[in-house]
Amino acid sequence: MNAPGLFSQLLEVLIALALAPLLTGWVNQCRAWLLNKSAPPLTQPYRKLHKLFHKELVLAEHASSLYRAVPYLVFGCMALACAIIPTLSTDLPLSPAADAVALVGLFALARVFQSLAAMDVGTAFGTLGARREMLIGFLAEPALLMVLFSASLLSRSTSLTTLVDLFAHRELAIYPSLAFAGVAFTLVSLAENARIPVDNPATHLELTMVHEALLLEYSGRHLALLEWAASLKLFAYSCAGLALFFPWGIADARTPQAMLLALPLLAAKLTLGGALLALLETASAKMRIFRVPEFLGSAFLLAVIGMLVNILLGV
Amino acid sequence: MTALASGLALLPGDMPVWHARTGDGPWLEAAHRAARSGARLVALWGGAGEAHAAYALPEGLVWLSLPCPGESPACPDLSALFPAAGRMQRAMADLCGIAARGAADTRPWLDHGLWPDSRAGRDYPFVRVSGDGVHEIPVGPVHAGIIEPGHFRFSVVGEKVLRLEARLGYTHKGISRRFTELAPEDACRLAGRVSGDSTVATAWAYCMALEAACGTHVPERARWLRALLLERERIANHLGDLGALGNDAGFAAGLAQFSRLREDWLRLSKDCFGHRLLMDCVKPGGVAADLPPQGADALRRQCDRVERELGALRDIYDGHAGLQDRFLGTGRVDPPLATALGLTGLAGRASGIAADLRCDQPWAPYERLDVRMATHRNGDVAARVAVRFDEVAESLRLLRALLDGLPAGPVATPLNTPAENALGAGRTEGWRGEVMVALAFDAQGGRLRFCHAHDPSWQNWPVLEHAVMGNIVPDFPLINKSFNLSYSGHDL
Repeated sequence: MNAPGLFSQLLEVLIALALAPLLTGWVNQCRAWLLNKSAPPLTQPYRKLHKLFHKELVLAEHASSLYRAVPYLVFGCMALACAIIPTLSTDLPLSPAADAVALVGLFALARVFQSLAAMDVGTAFGTLGARREMLIGFLAEPALLMVLFSASLLSRSTSLTTLVDLFAHRELAIYPSLAFAGVAFTLVSLAENARIPVDNPATHLELTMVHEALLLEYSGRHLALLEWAASLKLFAYSCAGLALFFPWGIADARTPQAMLLALPLLAAKLTLGGALLALLETASAKMRIFRVPEFLGSAFLLAVIGMLVNILLGV
Repeated sequence: MTALASGLALLPGDMPVWHARTGDGPWLEAAHRAARSGARLVALWGGAGEAHAAYALPEGLVWLSLPCPGESPACPDLSALFPAAGRMQRAMADLCGIAARGAADTRPWLDHGLWPDSRAGRDYPFVRVSGDGVHEIPVGPVHAGIIEPGHFRFSVVGEKVLRLEARLGYTHKGISRRFTELAPEDACRLAGRVSGDSTVATAWAYCMALEAACGTHVPERARWLRALLLERERIANHLGDLGALGNDAGFAAGLAQFSRLREDWLRLSKDCFGHRLLMDCVKPGGVAADLPPQGADALRRQCDRVERELGALRDIYDGHAGLQDRFLGTGRVDPPLATALGLTGLAGRASGIAADLRCDQPWAPYERLDVRMATHRNGDVAARVAVRFDEVAESLRLLRALLDGLPAGPVATPLNTPAENALGAGRTEGWRGEVMVALAFDAQGGRLRFCHAHDPSWQNWPVLEHAVMGNIVPDFPLINKSFNLSYSGHDL
């Protein structure tokens, strides 16, 4: 493990932890503007985290140790996910530890434990949300795997750094297989991050919640960690999408100084991506929960088409 | 009309209302005849040792009173003929102690076991659904949003709702008793607060009843101004609901736009009439204040602006695939079911029940306006949205006609002294449906012996439970909002 590698790895995790709430704040700000509302400040998510970390922790009487452990576990999973996705540099010492398949596993692990914790205290809304979360998860994960596989077919490796290294260093050309995979990835990200049209992060209606229902009983620092983890997840997905489909500007092991350019470039890409997400959310309504299988089914299908194009046409 | 019961006497007033006192036999006989002839049960309540029922016939309202004396007063059950009577009878038993003899459901309703002389236990016996995989979801009475309290008990399999049972009464305030303690003229303010979103409709109905009992004729200009207020109230509520319906389907842009329209609407109401929600604008004998001189132009201009923007928003709602997918076929009440359960008002018109008091029994000034009724046959959320859009458009037309034809003259007149034991009833078509107020003076003619303010939510709450059946749990908020029933007006 060399010094620049260690540095870039550390920098990546720190930047993810620091910037993830900013991305959430930016999306919220864009949404407010699109609704003709005066927007909350960009720093609103940080204020919320600060408030929650200083609030008293209230635990349900029947909460087990699992319930208490889950916020840390979920936060850890999301921080690790951010660490293995190449956002600034492909020179990541942690990256060989986990490939694309492991990344999907990491998200699945967090999901399973969060759902178990929601059922742990035995409220109706938690169980309802957990059930819906698992429905979405078991449809989204295969689609995500297929997206990553069709990218892997091009690089003949499931290692994320190899993938990004390869994509970043070839001339600009549109790969049909990647185009299909890109659309599929967008659909999966919307579902995985509890965004409209699959879930509504802004709703107060308990009966319609998916992701929010899982957090209903949490408070204080537990809730802060889970909110932060949700921001990290959105950040991780955005960065994964950017790394796979718009990898230009990411530094590699040979040119660590390129990271100086990589950071502003990443910020610009995320700014644009966040605005697009807000636009997409504002223009859509939330779909009925039983439309989600169709929605994620199309994502899966598109990813498979991407793979077939790759196998049959070799592009 | 006269076939319904013997001894019917026409009461004075703007609306044709006949009243008679009956015995047990004729009470039941009248209900049978009313049910056979397709009349609607408007209200059933208890007051001053009597049970009262009001039926809507094409010719007018028939109000029957049944004295219920004795240690344990009782009246014959009407819920077998009119399903909507069930809860009204349970409320009557809670409030006046008059039980419905032979009723299938005699559980306490408004009484939650917390009153000093309560007859109810603390545990409410919900109807249980059993079977493989059935479980219950209790929701409320405290909700996450800023809405009134009510408890909903869902029995579900997976996401599918097998049964919903509502429990209301959390906002019971003792309105009926309070009416008898206030001077009748002051009680108008109370009537305007029975359900805050229908303040003009209820206050007008109360004033109509009071003026009928006093034999007072309201000046023409006051009637026109009251109609102006009523239509403004209708539009304000419809604008709010249309936005909220979009928001509940995850379309926040709809809420943002409709909220803006509604806010402008309320501000102009404040400027022209002195209150954003038009509370206390209608008062016994007329209206509180005349329209300021430049008010008519401002109101006209606002009608034009809202009409333009409403057209654009309707195009967005109608053309939005995601929104229409949520609205269409959701929370369906077929016309036969709606007729059988006595669905009323806006929700009824969306299920093919063509009843609108402004068309069926036009009182002044509506007889000069030729109101066009908005109806739909699908009975789903989309139909209730469409009826709201149509009604806003029609009310905008009415507002212009009212402003154009506004007669000159005084806007209020003093009330005459009522005769002893005088009766009066008033009906108006509020935005939610028909509002009725019936009152009786005491022997001295100074205080009210009883006064009942009836909100159409009484009829529609039980139908909501049917509308939800077979739908999925996350669609309930949308269905509930499409009815948007009053808790306060129902809990009294």
